Amino acid sequence: MTEKKKQPDPFPGKVHPAPGGGILVSTIDDVINWARSNSLWPLVFGTSCCAIEMMSTASAKYDWSRFGFEVARATPRQADVIIIAGTIVNKMAPVLKRLYDQMAEPKYVIAMGACATSGGPFFYNTYSVVKGADHVIPVDVYVAGCPPRPEALLHALITLQKKVKEGGKREKITIDKFWEPHTKS
Amino acid sequence: MTNEEIKTKLSAAFPELTYEETQEWMQINVEPAQLIPVAELLRHDASLNFDYLFCLTCIDWKTHLTMVYHLSSTQHRHTIIVKSKLDRTNPLIHTVCHLWRTAELHEREVFDLFGVKFTNHPDLRRLLLTDDWNGFPLRKDYEDPVNMIKL
Repeated sequence: MTEKKKQPDPFPGKVHPAPGGGILVSTIDDVINWARSNSLWPLVFGTSCCAIEMMSTASAKYDWSRFGFEVARATPRQADVIIIAGTIVNKMAPVLKRLYDQMAEPKYVIAMGACATSGGPFFYNTYSVVKGADHVIPVDVYVAGCPPRPEALLHALITLQKKVKEGGKREKITIDKFWEPHTKS
Repeated sequence: MTNEEIKTKLSAAFPELTYEETQEWMQINVEPAQLIPVAELLRHDASLNFDYLFCLTCIDWKTHLTMVYHLSSTQHRHTIIVKSKLDRTNPLIHTVCHLWRTAELHEREVFDLFGVKFTNHPDLRRLLLTDDWNGFPLRKDYEDPVNMIKL
């Protein structure tokens, strides 16, 4: 087992050698995406038990500040990412849509857990639950679990960072797409 | 007070009550018309003193509805369940708001989701559902072809 040790993502750009040092060459878009991805501010939003796991992820033991998520905002106008942590019922759907609309671009959405992904345990025989938050707002990353463990949410957040770094296309992705071993040189 | 003592006390005043002791707490079956006199005794009698209504709910048995009151005494530390069978087509029962203020909100919830009407309730409005809602979602025969996926 002589696998190459995984390197942290480098700063996007190349060093152009010059006398007495070097010049860093990059594109504005890459630098902006790099900066954005490392400082995604989540919105304080939780509708059920997933929110407890989200709080745990924020707290000292799992500490999502390690990845740049520490500034949880209580207003959508200052938030970059909304983590849909919990069941969305029909009465909550317009509220969620409004929160999403109030967030400034660029904005990202993580559907945390079975309820936000598909309705989960409330898929059948329920009169009140929205069968997946993506009926209301577009979702970037889905997390499986009921509720997902903090590691799974961290995984989703890192997946979102990778997506932002790669240009942030507004397409639905599954969580494993960006979890391939990094093959780029 | 033990279950036996509560039984003796209640039977002296209301001999037609029936009791079940198969569950954790003793159940007392009351006719809807008798609920208020029985509840008043449970609430105001010094040795019973059930001052805490910690759960009020309803059950749909398809043939009939059952109102369920979980009562407890913070002074004597005893707990009982009072059950009352209701007609499913016209469920009607007297409110217990004046004895336990908690019931005000709980009865509104039961009214909204089961369609039980509570007479003399001070403010019987919908609690959870929208104003134009049809039907009672927590009844077993409730159908909603738009929102419900049947299994």
